[in-house]
Amino acid sequence: MVGLVAFSVAKGSIDIFAKEGFNFITQSNWDAVEGRESFGAFPYIIGTLLSAGIAMLIGVPISLGIAIFISEIAPPRIGTPLAFLSELLAAVPSIIYGLWALFVFRFWVRDLVEKPLYDVFHASVPFFAKTPFGLDIFTAGVVLAIMIIPIVSSICREVMKVVPNSQREAAYSLGATRWETVRMAVFPYVKSGLVGASMLGLGRAVGETILVTMIIGNVIGPNAIPTTLFSQGQTLASLVANEFNEASSDLHLSALIALGAILLVLTMGINVAARIMVKKKIKVQSGAKSQ
Amino acid sequence: MTINNNKKYRDILLETVDKKYRKRMFVNKLVTITTVVCVIAAIVPLTSILIEVVRNGISAISYDFLTQPQGSIGSGSGGIAPAIQGTFIVVGLAAAIGTPVGLLTGIYLSEFAKEGKFSYAVRFFNDVLTGLPSIVIGIVGYVLIVLALGSFSVLAGALSLSIIMIPIVVRVTEETLKVVPYSLREAGHSLGLSKAKITLFIVLPAAKDGILTGIVVAISRIAGETAPLIMTILGTSLFFTGITGPVDALPLRIWRLASQPYESAHAFGWGSALVLILMILALSMGLRLLVQKRSLRPVT
Repeated sequence: MVGLVAFSVAKGSIDIFAKEGFNFITQSNWDAVEGRESFGAFPYIIGTLLSAGIAMLIGVPISLGIAIFISEIAPPRIGTPLAFLSELLAAVPSIIYGLWALFVFRFWVRDLVEKPLYDVFHASVPFFAKTPFGLDIFTAGVVLAIMIIPIVSSICREVMKVVPNSQREAAYSLGATRWETVRMAVFPYVKSGLVGASMLGLGRAVGETILVTMIIGNVIGPNAIPTTLFSQGQTLASLVANEFNEASSDLHLSALIALGAILLVLTMGINVAARIMVKKKIKVQSGAKSQ
Repeated sequence: MTINNNKKYRDILLETVDKKYRKRMFVNKLVTITTVVCVIAAIVPLTSILIEVVRNGISAISYDFLTQPQGSIGSGSGGIAPAIQGTFIVVGLAAAIGTPVGLLTGIYLSEFAKEGKFSYAVRFFNDVLTGLPSIVIGIVGYVLIVLALGSFSVLAGALSLSIIMIPIVVRVTEETLKVVPYSLREAGHSLGLSKAKITLFIVLPAAKDGILTGIVVAISRIAGETAPLIMTILGTSLFFTGITGPVDALPLRIWRLASQPYESAHAFGWGSALVLILMILALSMGLRLLVQKRSLRPVT
């Protein structure tokens, strides 16, 4: 038993140790901004938030739609294989999403989405005012969305499964249509759970490294502040992955690690908030069940 | 007169009800169709991934591809054997570190810990750890091991991967053990068994399948990780040289191959991707067989 306690203490301390280490590194090298031999993280924070934001805009509604379809609409005959497929796809490593995006998908995005948008809107909407190339923030956002869909939709499904059936039956007995049932009987019950699920997805999107590195275009410096959706960009994680092996000086290296630290704080904040929301919901549910 | 009036009202009423009803049905249909469109929108790219990997990967795979180290860059000769070997070594070592630690922590949380600040803190940090981006964990491996030992090494990679693995195993273990009915434990207590024995011989066997699934999920997750490996094992085109030396791994190899400007390198990348997916698939299929076979046995 002492061994067990020791193990878990050791485990807990890995956490704290890692975190302490990061703080240490961050504080000692954090102040450099622009100029020679100096580093600023601003463009990459923007890049991170923008690409993750696009991913959320596309990924969350689709995930929600899938979750509703599988758990509320589809008969088990269709729903079960779909659920299985999404579990399977959640296990595909992100490097493979990246490979596919680099050699296949980016041409789809460029030709089918970005070019038409550019042709129609490039004069009127500044977002679209750049000749699309395929390796840009928009593509990165779309591929991130594809990556988080299996994860987010399966958590949404789990959350919706917790809603007691009596809740749905009550709505049906009042003559509600299927959609009205979902809207009035299921959604209010799981709202915060769904928000939590999407925030877990956001955490994934913000922290995703290798996939983004492969398709975001990888520019550095002030140019990395995106002016349009079709600009090449850079995220915190992708910059670290790109330059880590080529870091020229200790200062450079610690700047990269500091980027990691920002990323850490960002994702930790997102995740903690998400966990709190999901957990609160599940507690309420199990309380209701036991009655 | 009154009868006429009633009839008129009824007609108006029926008409509004009918209108509303139609509108509701229409919205219902619309939503149903939207969700179906969502499903299709997700399935198209996802199946495309699988198809492309298989289509492009299969032509790259040959005996040499699986058994030879890489030839000179751009020549398209040789194979990815060092990467396959490296993945086995690094992931195996990570699993060897991560499984016992995760398992014991999970058991502790579920069976032995008193509900209180400490177990709450362990659980909380565990949750936080689950959500950390893998590249940040790679930095941990770099700072703790690579800097300390002065070289990129298998050890650093394995440690980073085990940090990714542990929280998953902890969570699954704890949750599976919690589901084991309390009456089983009471039966053990009534026989006068110690808590350790109850845990070891009654609770764990009952939860074995669930825990095993969790471990396999965690292993397949770390087998596909790339980011932490960049900063820990570095990647090389040579075979394993020792636990403190650099080594190659499949995801890392795919990344490097994809960023080379040669067609042959890209073909190799697809081939590696297929090998990686097949390895992960084999792992989960093996598990499925194992678990199913066991569950056929009568519970005694």
